[in-house]
Amino acid sequence: MFVKKYGRVDTARCAFIHPTRLVKSMAIAALCCVSTIAFATPSIQHWQSASGAKVLFVEDHDIPMLDVAVSVPAGSSFDAADKSGVAGLTHQMLDLGAEGLNEDDISRGMADIGAQFGGSFDQDMAGLSLRTLSNEAERGKALAIMARVLQHPLFPEAILEREKARLISALKEAETKPESIADKAFQKAVYGAHPYALPVHGEVASVEKITVQDMKDFYRAHYTAGNAVVAIMGDVTRAQAEVIAQQLTVKLSDAVAPPELPSVAMRIQASEQRIAHPATQSHILTGVPGMARTDPDYFPLYVGNYILGGGGFVSRLMHEVREKRGLVYSVYSYFMPLKQPGAFQIGLQTKKEQADGALQLVRKTLAEFVAKGPTDKELLAAKQNIVGGFPMRIDSNRKILGYLSVIGFYGLPLTYLDDFTGKVEKVTVAQVRDAFARHIDPQAMATVIVGAPEETTK
Amino acid sequence: MRAYLLYITLLFGWWQAGAQAEVFERTLSNGLKVIVKEDHRAPVVVQQIWYKAGSMDENVGTTGIAHVLEHMMFKGTQDVPAGEFSKRIAAAGGRENAFTSSDYTAYFQTLHKSRLPLAMQLESDRMENLNLTAPEFAKEIKVVMEERRMRTDDEPQSLMHEVMMATVYQEHPYHHPIIGWMSDLQNLSVNDARVWYNRWYAPNNATLVIAGDVKAEEVFKLAQRHYGGVSNRRLAPQRNFTESGQLGIKRVVVKAPAELPQLVMGYHTPTLKKPAQEWKPYALEMLAGVLDGNESARLNKHLVREQKIASSAGAGYDSTARGPSLFILEATPSEGKTAEDVEAALRQEIAQLLKEGVSEEELKRVKAQVMASEVYKRDSVFYQAMQIGQLESIGLGHQAIPVMLAKLQAVTADQVLEVAREFLQDDNLTVATLDPQPLSGKPKHQSKGGSSHVR
Repeated sequence: MFVKKYGRVDTARCAFIHPTRLVKSMAIAALCCVSTIAFATPSIQHWQSASGAKVLFVEDHDIPMLDVAVSVPAGSSFDAADKSGVAGLTHQMLDLGAEGLNEDDISRGMADIGAQFGGSFDQDMAGLSLRTLSNEAERGKALAIMARVLQHPLFPEAILEREKARLISALKEAETKPESIADKAFQKAVYGAHPYALPVHGEVASVEKITVQDMKDFYRAHYTAGNAVVAIMGDVTRAQAEVIAQQLTVKLSDAVAPPELPSVAMRIQASEQRIAHPATQSHILTGVPGMARTDPDYFPLYVGNYILGGGGFVSRLMHEVREKRGLVYSVYSYFMPLKQPGAFQIGLQTKKEQADGALQLVRKTLAEFVAKGPTDKELLAAKQNIVGGFPMRIDSNRKILGYLSVIGFYGLPLTYLDDFTGKVEKVTVAQVRDAFARHIDPQAMATVIVGAPEETTK
Repeated sequence: MRAYLLYITLLFGWWQAGAQAEVFERTLSNGLKVIVKEDHRAPVVVQQIWYKAGSMDENVGTTGIAHVLEHMMFKGTQDVPAGEFSKRIAAAGGRENAFTSSDYTAYFQTLHKSRLPLAMQLESDRMENLNLTAPEFAKEIKVVMEERRMRTDDEPQSLMHEVMMATVYQEHPYHHPIIGWMSDLQNLSVNDARVWYNRWYAPNNATLVIAGDVKAEEVFKLAQRHYGGVSNRRLAPQRNFTESGQLGIKRVVVKAPAELPQLVMGYHTPTLKKPAQEWKPYALEMLAGVLDGNESARLNKHLVREQKIASSAGAGYDSTARGPSLFILEATPSEGKTAEDVEAALRQEIAQLLKEGVSEEELKRVKAQVMASEVYKRDSVFYQAMQIGQLESIGLGHQAIPVMLAKLQAVTADQVLEVAREFLQDDNLTVATLDPQPLSGKPKHQSKGGSSHVR
């Protein structure tokens, strides 16, 4: 119970909103909200460090601990197509050897003081986070290791070979799993030649080619002080936070603007891929390029999607496909807001024999929603949930740290949290209908069915 | 790899002096135990109701019924039609869900503190007024079958786990999967759900845990108002299960579509029954930490980093459960290595540990992590409530937490060695291997190189 646990407990959960999508749904959750119930939002301090890094800080002394996250625009969309995987491996290898510290020094050094590293990595961003006790002794040691790992990684040759082998194993394993196969085919169908189509962790053939030099080059070009965002949350003073931000970024290479991504072609051709798989269920994904983080339609789309398929048990998709007919355990829709428009996706799994029928039902539900928009009653219920649930979005240091990183990374206003519920409340039925109609054409969706019903598999 | 570190924080840590003082408890006259953990950092409250009934209380032929009933609990009462529970919680800004384990079943909502009365009203209503109808059951059992397909049938690692548990336990009901055997799901009826509900869903078989920005006295009053009128029931006595001593090593192979083989070794071990008196379960926890408490712990350092024989390796043990436990060693071989290779390597690690013991430094490191996690735990009100509910439901009680943490801190290197010697024995062992099969159903060598699945 206290140290290392295995298996058994809680394996048979009832209806999580979309358990296979936790990472992405967290990214979505990280963008939302404020409240009519008088509720204090955290007071965010903001400055630019002498290194050039952007800093966001919330001071809070309730718990003697500190959370820090450093994010840079170094996600998988910056990979070259033939070297897909460099960005992910660069991120993965940061804490596997740095000047004066081998990989065991790093992991032991952290464990000895009960400190923890966490990582985040997606198409846009690479992030390294730290959680440590805030006592000067522990904090000092943990930050010293983090500073070294971020600013002086070595990418040792022998370790790269080992990590490549492990990654290739994992990629091959992923190629047997219906959900991974579906995800890869879906990104490709939606994004074509755009780098958002690249598999986030690369492909077997491209990873095999990666060299230490590739990683050093990538690191130098993308882990730059001027593009770094430092989020600090917890038990330190402003003066201490200033020192920490500088300590973690001063030795990063000089600021250069991050390379611009090509723009996404928003209208795609309708497509349907049916891929054979021996699983008992079909895994179905359907979608289009959706919205960017800074899309002016962000709020109508967010609120509308809650009604369509983001609101767990009470969404339209859940009601039609699961509650009324028992066809699935999980069905969901989401927008993945990125620098460029990330995907709008609907996903479900159902036994093969009923896959085609379930997909038809999903298409009908979507088409109806896009054509008519939500009802007044649905919109009200959505607002009640999003606004009323706002306090839970910022009820822990970990969640607040997540907002600080997102606000900094995407250049959202510092009043983002303060403004959020107001913006949700202003959304109208007409705005939702209009925004969906402009973003989603139900006749031109990319659809992937892995484990497709066999008689119809092409 | 970082997930290993995060995994530890999910588990328990060092109890802060003072934190314990904020836990209050009272038992209503109908037997419902109410426990309040005050935490005033955010204006949020968590309600969790824990029933002392899980899949281990099921009978042959109706496995899975505990979990199916959990699903049915969202299907309405006389006053609250099907689907309304979720709608009302959502309209209050709340989030809700439920989970079933082998040992218990629990339901929870997280809301603004002002909405606690609503959550209590709804939760107490379905404690005694649940509508169980054949049409709703017929739909929901299909959902559960889809859940089983998704989580188990199409997931080779879960499938192997299921087969392994059924091999490890011959007598104990941990033999059966929580979600139930598919053949049982196909035979279950709404009447089975009624029997289960009537048997276990009563205030005197439950623990209500409320955590967050509340005052204990007010919560007790509110609980009395909403739950006080639910009548208690004579409970069937909980059965006692044991597992007779194993008579020799057991091996089982599971063939499923996958790329990588996997090996899991499980040794029978006890769980805590008397937290203040026992020491072995604590020593086993420390043993797991020494083997796999961080990325430089023995298994990852030796098997993954140095010998490169495995692409991942781990150990685990849980001292808290109603039934017995397993000490687990597991590994995924690197490309070109086999399940036999990683088994030999894991055995070599154990042999070396038995020969040389563990160092003070290793123990100190695990203890430091446990202590820090106890501070980090305070960042999650939900998790604090979970810990209380879990310990109450398995019969140890939340007062055991500080005792357990102190005992864990007192474990010595000799004790770790002693439990390794006592429990990590072949006669006590089950080995499960995942034998990966090509997706095409064709022999593997025909699709060598690159991706082996058929498109």
